[in-house]
Amino acid sequence: MAAIAPGQLTTADGTPLKVSFARALRRSRLKALGLVLPLFAFLLITFLVPIGDMLFRSVENQLVGRVLHRTVAALADWDPASGELPGEPVFEALVADFVEGRENRTTGRVGVRLNYELGGMSSLFRKTGRRAKRIREAPYRAAMIAIDERWGNLDVWRLVKRESDAYTASYYLAAVDLRFTAEGSIARQEEERQIYLRLFGRTLWLSLIITTLCLLLGYPISYLMATLPVRTSNLLMIMVLLPFWTSLLVRTTCWIALLQQQGVINDLLVWTGLIGEDNRLSMIHNRTGTIIAMTHILLPFMVLPLYSVMKTIPPSYMRAARSLGANPFTAFVRVYMPNTAAGVGAGSILVFIIAIGYYITPALVGGTSGTLISNFIAHHMQVSLNWGLAAALGALLLAAVLALYVLYDKLVGIDNMRLG
Amino acid sequence: MALPPYTSTLERVWFYTFRTICGLIFFFLIAPLIVIVPLSFNAVPYFTFTPEMLSLDPAGYSLRWYQDFFTNLNWQGAVKNSVIIAFFATILATALGTLAALGLSRAHMPLRTTIMGLLISPMIVPLIISAAGMYFFYSKVGLQGSFLGVILAHTALGTPFVVITVTATLLGFDHSQTRAAASLGASPPRTFFKVIVPIILPGVISGALFAFVTSFDEVVVILFVASYEQRTIPWQMFSGIREQISPTILAVATILVCVSILLLAATELLRRRGERLRGVTPA
Repeated sequence: MAAIAPGQLTTADGTPLKVSFARALRRSRLKALGLVLPLFAFLLITFLVPIGDMLFRSVENQLVGRVLHRTVAALADWDPASGELPGEPVFEALVADFVEGRENRTTGRVGVRLNYELGGMSSLFRKTGRRAKRIREAPYRAAMIAIDERWGNLDVWRLVKRESDAYTASYYLAAVDLRFTAEGSIARQEEERQIYLRLFGRTLWLSLIITTLCLLLGYPISYLMATLPVRTSNLLMIMVLLPFWTSLLVRTTCWIALLQQQGVINDLLVWTGLIGEDNRLSMIHNRTGTIIAMTHILLPFMVLPLYSVMKTIPPSYMRAARSLGANPFTAFVRVYMPNTAAGVGAGSILVFIIAIGYYITPALVGGTSGTLISNFIAHHMQVSLNWGLAAALGALLLAAVLALYVLYDKLVGIDNMRLG
Repeated sequence: MALPPYTSTLERVWFYTFRTICGLIFFFLIAPLIVIVPLSFNAVPYFTFTPEMLSLDPAGYSLRWYQDFFTNLNWQGAVKNSVIIAFFATILATALGTLAALGLSRAHMPLRTTIMGLLISPMIVPLIISAAGMYFFYSKVGLQGSFLGVILAHTALGTPFVVITVTATLLGFDHSQTRAAASLGASPPRTFFKVIVPIILPGVISGALFAFVTSFDEVVVILFVASYEQRTIPWQMFSGIREQISPTILAVATILVCVSILLLAATELLRRRGERLRGVTPA
């Protein structure tokens, strides 16, 4: 222990107070960390690592390099810009890789992988896979080109060379409608294959419309509940909380029953004679369905923060404004509304964050024009099995959500997040 | 709120217009949930009111969809699975979440904001991304299509709610109360059970309720992580809406609306109790 300088404060057993305090602080910190640790470890394994693993798939590209390992090694000193086909050793390696891959059934997967970049690769690999084992001796190049002349195409070789790296940016390029050209530079995707930017745009646009509608519908009722006596407003609050606590599938089902062509609203309109029997409105399986159902589902998320902010605005503010000569409209716009800005911000960001990642409701009532980015992620995971692209789209969506969340944290603070 | 006598005609008109607008918005919120109740008693397999129903003819109504729900093995299995999965997920989430909230509320928690952010991330990350990540990872380790996998996934999704509600009850907690208990001779466990637990109990229970509802209603992750064996009510409803839409779904929806009314009542009681315990008088 260090010598104690005269005049220094010590505890009863002679330890300097500073040391003793630091020790107590460290113990307290460890205790706090120890309490948090179980949950942290649990989430790490069941949630954070899986998400990281999925994000890694958006750049991971070891398949080509692993299956065609001889070819890739032989291609090392081939210059794609030379304008010449790779030499005989590369083709020999390719034949060996195909024979091996045929046994493990892996070359087909490489074909599928490369098909994302260049059409026809899948069939080329399947065809070659069936016939490559018949090639037993040189000249390998001529034999391969005899199986399929595409092996004499420089673009195919440039693609194999480019995708032989362990990591690729091509999924991210595909997710923003870009692609590698055969020469390896980056270009726009062809017109008819440009879907993702439009999809991101549509997701943002629909989320914005839904957020605006929620604000327009949520603001008046929050104001009403905040100004009414507690007993009445608690009753009205039940009407907001009941949908909030009801399963979203139930609410989606309700809207299907209401909005479909033979549904309640159309029947009502036909019965009142507002529309004819032949021109029933199509309000579902399109964009309108998504907007109506999602506005209904997300409205409570707007009302709850708005209400809690409006509740704190003293009514005397408005009375003061009125007594100073403002008419009711001016008083409301100039005095009341600025005070609700925090609630408007919190509610809007919350609704927007939830809306851009929404999956279930658009999948059930969105048809084709009302689907969002989430639906395409699910499509690539379950139907097209292009997991790399699903991961890249997911990563972009996650980045957008996290950016908005940081904004929410700055504005409201996660500690102030309230539930129910 | 009656209008004072000095209000002008314009204000009077606006007052009633505003009330009407608000009434319509509340109608928009609640009407869809009400409409399905009579529809679920439909005698024919349509999602709409038949002329018999509108004329209140008893022949237009039947309990056949409820009967289908209570006898169909698909649905009964789903109910059983939902309850089992939600039960275990709630217990795990409540235990882990409460511990973490106690740690987060201690005075000397290092990196508080960062850790809090990570712990509530399952609530922030869009469900489709959580589902995708869990699907790939759980398939890799052999948890995909198992009860354990679904329970772990639902626990992860439920913990943020427990963390938030319990942290909220500890927000106004006066730490000198634990010191007072200790100075009066209570051991740390006794202090915990006699002083801290009564304070955080409403938060723990409402967090547990949230975790239960999260698991009970969760539909995105379950579609990816579960197989038919682990089907829950939302899983069954989703495939029902997609494939063969029958009014049984409306009967299930009606039952679920009743369940949420019960849940709503429970949380309201808890909130009042919590406020009373912490000495917050209702405004």
